[in-house]
Amino acid sequence: MTSQDADRPGLAGTANQSPTARYQGVVPDATMAPMRERFGAAIERVVTSCGQSSVYVAAHAAHAVLEWLRDDPSQQFNYLTDLTCVEYRDPELPFEVVYQLRSLTRSADLRVKIALDGDGPLEVASVVNLWIGANWLEREAYDMFGVVFRGHPDLRRILMWDGYQEGHPLRKSFPLRGRFSRAEQTRQALAANPEAHYSMEELSIAEAYGDLPRDMQERLAAGEHGVVR
Amino acid sequence: MSRLVEMQLSTPGVDRRGEIRQVPLGVQRRPSESVHNDFGAEHMLVNIGPQHPATHGVLRLVVELDGETVKRVIPHIGYLHSGFEKLGEYRHYNQIIPLTDRTDYLSPMANNVGFALAVEALLGIEVTERCRLLRVIACELSRIISHLVWAGTTGIDLGAMTPFLWMFEQRERVYNLQEAWTGARLTTSMTRVGGLMADIPDGWEKGLREFLREFPRTLREVDTMFSRNGIWVGRTQGVGVISAADAINFSLSGPMLRASGVAYDVRKDRPYLGYDEFDFDVPVGEHGDIYDRYIVRLEEMFQSVRILEQAIDRLRPGPINVADPRVVLPGKSAAMSDMEAMIFHFKQVMEGVRPPAGEVYFGVENPKGELGYYLVSDGSAKPVRWRIRPPSFLNLAALPQLCEGALLSDVIAINASVDIVMGEIDR
Repeated sequence: MTSQDADRPGLAGTANQSPTARYQGVVPDATMAPMRERFGAAIERVVTSCGQSSVYVAAHAAHAVLEWLRDDPSQQFNYLTDLTCVEYRDPELPFEVVYQLRSLTRSADLRVKIALDGDGPLEVASVVNLWIGANWLEREAYDMFGVVFRGHPDLRRILMWDGYQEGHPLRKSFPLRGRFSRAEQTRQALAANPEAHYSMEELSIAEAYGDLPRDMQERLAAGEHGVVR
Repeated sequence: MSRLVEMQLSTPGVDRRGEIRQVPLGVQRRPSESVHNDFGAEHMLVNIGPQHPATHGVLRLVVELDGETVKRVIPHIGYLHSGFEKLGEYRHYNQIIPLTDRTDYLSPMANNVGFALAVEALLGIEVTERCRLLRVIACELSRIISHLVWAGTTGIDLGAMTPFLWMFEQRERVYNLQEAWTGARLTTSMTRVGGLMADIPDGWEKGLREFLREFPRTLREVDTMFSRNGIWVGRTQGVGVISAADAINFSLSGPMLRASGVAYDVRKDRPYLGYDEFDFDVPVGEHGDIYDRYIVRLEEMFQSVRILEQAIDRLRPGPINVADPRVVLPGKSAAMSDMEAMIFHFKQVMEGVRPPAGEVYFGVENPKGELGYYLVSDGSAKPVRWRIRPPSFLNLAALPQLCEGALLSDVIAINASVDIVMGEIDR
């Protein structure tokens, strides 16, 4: 065990920042200039708010930009702090996928955004191959907003259950109390099969499907699994 | 790279031929060394939870076993999903604070502080000196009670009942302080945008000083009971290991990240509430196993005591709210007698705080890890988006990797070591 302070590699020099300068506000030229040079028009604009900047990147180039930010020796954004989506109340504004990046070695922060058309298909490339921590974050964004992350190894709902029919709760078009009436929700809950504890995938990895009673096999094969876990 | 604790521990067992031999405790186990390879290729599926006490909430794990060796863990979450982020979009900023109590319900005061700081960053206001110190006290008390619950329940998971009672006795004292201050033991809601709900009552400082004087003795007793205990060491060293590179790649934070040797603490690297003025150390592990997570959390409690002592020494009488009537409610007598104050009072209650259009990400070091609030405002009194960056959610996502190749009994220990709280994971 080592106590830190003097020998904290790569993290020195941050202690004296004033509270307002906690995050590197305006994206420094060390990031902006090479990014513009390398990706050109794919870097759409930079918006600064509360001393923190967001770099808007075109959807088609986003994965390449994020990979460069992670791997380039001058950038080293090795830590994905958060990944989420924003949908504005104003339908004129685009739907945004937001990446909060951090470099633990350089002690720098950067917010990258992809603007999508909220009415069109919401689809971006997955970054699980860059930061494995994105796995659950992308699943949550898919579950709550319906954004499809191309190349995600296991894109399924995470907070809502597999058979959830009402849509994606954090979309602005989703009513606060849900799409279905209380009566419909109760009807579905009562119709669910409480014995279907496992998904087909889980049963197949343990080769346990063959051990189930025949009627259970038939019900699972008919797609009853996952209604109530 | 030597351990604090290196002991030759062994217990009688039988080898594959049925002959008695000494089995060392706490050795590094690999799947290839499993004594259960002979049992054939038939895998077993074991369901743990969601109502199992060792899952620390409503977490469900589906575990695929080969003999006793874990091949795969599939976590299922969402049983406690309450839609807090959706609810927040329909509420004023000060009305969201009660929701933050219920996310990480083992450290409600720290959540309140994090949210208030995020909104204040959006508004661009600085709180008063007394408010700042009281918030530091709230954060560090939260760290102590959260880590006490962690160490106590993890001890129970591994079969140690007595230290749990000592720790909960101390936790009770903090809860009494919390209750005296906020009127609630769990749903504290103690911050407001621009200040606090209430100042500490008379005599509260004395109670805190008394707690700070006696609490380290309990910690040392826990240290005596756990740190060199054969069962504890055997069950925790070399189990659930994650390397520094993997911990960063998995976006782990808090004690989970630091136990793997990454010296990242938001209080040091992105100081807020003037943490850079306090003299404290950040303990960092090196093996990334359960034992190092335990040592890191134990040491963090000692360090919290140091911070609390400094904060209480610096505490001076003064206002707890900023003098800005657009943000903070005017006093009752002023609202009843002064026309202007009454108008501000009315606007505050009916419309709420209205930050300018913009967005901010604000991370604070919570007991579980980095809690981040990402707020997007369109200039109205309700946020367009209120995102919680939940530390336990990201820490739990690494569980399948931590458990791979471990024994079934280790799954309980590893899951306990992650220090999850389902209210925050499911939100």
